[in-house]
Amino acid sequence: MDPKKVDKFATATLYTIAGVIVVILASLLGYILWQGLPHVSWHFLTSPAKAFEAGGGIGIQLFNSFYLLLLSMVIAVPLALGAGIYLAEYAKKSWLTDVIRTAIEILSSLPSVVVGLFGFLVFVLQFHFGFSIISGALALTMFNLPLLTRNVEDSLRQVSFTQREAGLALGLSRWETVIHVIIPEALPGILTGMILGAGRVFGEAAALIYTAGQSAPALDFSNWNPLNIASPLNPLRPAETLAVHIWKINSEGIQPDAAAVSAGASAVLIIAVLLFNVLARTLGNRLYKKMTAA
Amino acid sequence: MDPIKEAMLHRSRSARIERRGKLISLFCITLIVVVVVAIFTFVASRGLATFFTNGVNLWDFISKTTWSPAVKDAHGAAQVGALPMIVGSFGVTLLSAVVATPFAVGAAIFMTEISPTLGKKVLQPVIELLVGIPSVVYGFIGLSVVVPFIRHVLGGTGFGILAGTFVLFVMILPTVTSMTVDALKAVPRHYREASLALGGTRWQTISRVVIRAGMPGILTGIVFGMARAFGEALAVQMVIGNAALLPTNLISPAATLTSVLTSGIGNTVMGSLENNALWSLALLLLLMSLAFNLLIRWIGKKGEMK
Amino acid sequence: MKKILAILAAFCLTILTACGAQSAGESITAVGSSALQPLVEAAASQFQTDNLGVFINVQGGGSGTGLSQIQQGAVEIGNSDLFAQEKDGIDAAKLVDHRVAVVGIAPIVNKQVGVTSLNVVQLRRLFTGEITNWKQVGGRDLPVVVVNRAQGSGTRATFEKWVLQDRQPKAAQEQDSTGMVRSIVASTPGAVSYVAFSYVDKTVQPLALSGVKPTDANVTTNAWPIWSYEHMYTRGQPTGLTKRFLAYVQSPATQERLVAKMGYIPMTKMQVERDADGNVTKR
Repeated sequence: MDPKKVDKFATATLYTIAGVIVVILASLLGYILWQGLPHVSWHFLTSPAKAFEAGGGIGIQLFNSFYLLLLSMVIAVPLALGAGIYLAEYAKKSWLTDVIRTAIEILSSLPSVVVGLFGFLVFVLQFHFGFSIISGALALTMFNLPLLTRNVEDSLRQVSFTQREAGLALGLSRWETVIHVIIPEALPGILTGMILGAGRVFGEAAALIYTAGQSAPALDFSNWNPLNIASPLNPLRPAETLAVHIWKINSEGIQPDAAAVSAGASAVLIIAVLLFNVLARTLGNRLYKKMTAA
Repeated sequence: MDPIKEAMLHRSRSARIERRGKLISLFCITLIVVVVVAIFTFVASRGLATFFTNGVNLWDFISKTTWSPAVKDAHGAAQVGALPMIVGSFGVTLLSAVVATPFAVGAAIFMTEISPTLGKKVLQPVIELLVGIPSVVYGFIGLSVVVPFIRHVLGGTGFGILAGTFVLFVMILPTVTSMTVDALKAVPRHYREASLALGGTRWQTISRVVIRAGMPGILTGIVFGMARAFGEALAVQMVIGNAALLPTNLISPAATLTSVLTSGIGNTVMGSLENNALWSLALLLLLMSLAFNLLIRWIGKKGEMK
Repeated sequence: MKKILAILAAFCLTILTACGAQSAGESITAVGSSALQPLVEAAASQFQTDNLGVFINVQGGGSGTGLSQIQQGAVEIGNSDLFAQEKDGIDAAKLVDHRVAVVGIAPIVNKQVGVTSLNVVQLRRLFTGEITNWKQVGGRDLPVVVVNRAQGSGTRATFEKWVLQDRQPKAAQEQDSTGMVRSIVASTPGAVSYVAFSYVDKTVQPLALSGVKPTDANVTTNAWPIWSYEHMYTRGQPTGLTKRFLAYVQSPATQERLVAKMGYIPMTKMQVERDADGNVTKR
């Protein structure tokens, strides 16, 4: 066949594939939003959950989700950056590096409940953190590190070698080149990985059931002393996130309006992820513009 | 000592920074390795206890088909045959990867080569959004849409590997797509220019140069996608039927390693045979994903551009 | 960049100090059965409103987790749907049982099967796989789809103890939570399973056993035999806050009001008592 015709045909196929994906995703998102949005109200977003009566909200869970995300990112991102830099810039091509890489990849296939139980035995019981945000954040860090590290490494490798040579030629050390030249250049890629990781934190339930726990004690939003047990900032309080809440009311919920709460919470979760994506992208782009010549 | 000599003998500021930086990054990777090793040892020590402490025969474990650890058979041996779950896990993982790969690669090519603006404005945000949907929600949509659909079209109960494949396909699509996009973006521009200059059409450039050059990255994306499919529990469990039976076809109820592991682990007492048997499933899962990983790497090496 | 680092450092420091500091007030943790969790949570929140400065942390995780953690002494209270004697690997002699409620379990079927009452033998044959079509028990021509709870689940153990009576169930679908069992039964033609009374709603059809309806009143006289206690186990006799909280949950006021309102059967209503071996005595 004529290569030109093949080219046209292939282009058409690719457009179709992209179209099909958009349709699948759009209908999925549409379905969740259509089911859930009617139940979302200001009251729903701000009031605490009810154990067995109708009319509970998701205020505390929503806050917990964001706080947990923040904490786990604060722990995971620097670690992933460091490890990614090592793998991309310093590690020699040897069997040991290969073993490390493979091990990290395999770790990402562990079911999250295993990570959760490991976190339960180590952080909750061994370190006496109890069922707490910090235990949850550490478990999620372990859960997210493989993907993040891999992503950082890949993004750094994509930066053209000429950039490194330029940095070194200016008399910068390798580390300085990485920090001041390579990372800013690789920022968009790293950001994609972070957003994907954040999405997993938002959506994860099984790993958190045994670590951050599945109860959301009432919080005192006027108390911002992180040492007080009722304070929203206390990292040692148990914290049910939105995804865990959805899981819980679907599995053992006895609220008469459980289905509505679950649908509404799912819709809110998606909107929260969307907002986070937009925010992270905007900030990332600004940072990218500021740090590079682009 | 004269200043020049002193400067020559001491480490420069840059060298100090370099040393410190290298140490920091080395520390990070060491920490990750420690975590990985800790989890592996943890799973292995519990998983191996089934065979060493409880005396279960390894061959029985991977070849028998009855999974009911709490019940002893006629000979007094525990019934821990994991074959149905092994088949189930392999089935859904391979099928969903097979279905998702063309879509993911196609979408990635679309986003990088055909229409970057449309890809960046529409496809990428939607795909990133998909990752954040909790698996419970995927499961419920599967239960209320996919399972009845299969029941109406193909008969049976609707629960089975096919329903699991559908749900996993959507779940792993974002991972594979975004990693493939990264891989294709990494292909240097002059490769494309060279191909086009030689008179190649866009599709020839894509299929013979860009995909070939991006192959290792694409394969990594697929490995991560399969890893996610392998490790996914909640959503699959709701649509696959979660019955420890050897699947006879794509629409008969089956189970995966993770779904049995997740649904059973809270109900067993730590250190008992029932609990150890579940950890053995986790160990098996790790070994199987190791096998996948090595396989894909081997394929990747064969397809690499020399 | 520097500023961000400084903020991060300050943040980490706060967390570290928070980790080091002991939280003010007394606190205890109750872990285990997800079926009992809603009740303990509700009781805990009322108890905390009445007694300021105490903190009761209630978590799920399953009866197995509850029993193994209380056995190791990692928590103060272990919640379980089963007698500790019924679980392998638990030394029941070390644990003290506090029964806080009773849960009745009802067989449920999809609404299309056209059956509302069965006898025990028929029900048993459904779950052992001897009956494969609903028309064999007077229903529509629909294949039977058995949905079980996960192996080791308290609800399943109770159901199998009183219905299957030592016979092996056929391998079938297993789900690890009541909510999922109910939605699968509601949406799958020919499905049969079992859930606690409080989860029976209009989406599924509960079955009577030889004409005896699954009601709280029938459980209190043992006319409906498929029921179990909800246990809160402590290691040794409870002291301090644990003791006060357990007394609060078992008090007549909590039993009559909260327990009944949440769909459990209060201990105070029971006219019979049953031990771990299943022997029933009048109270």
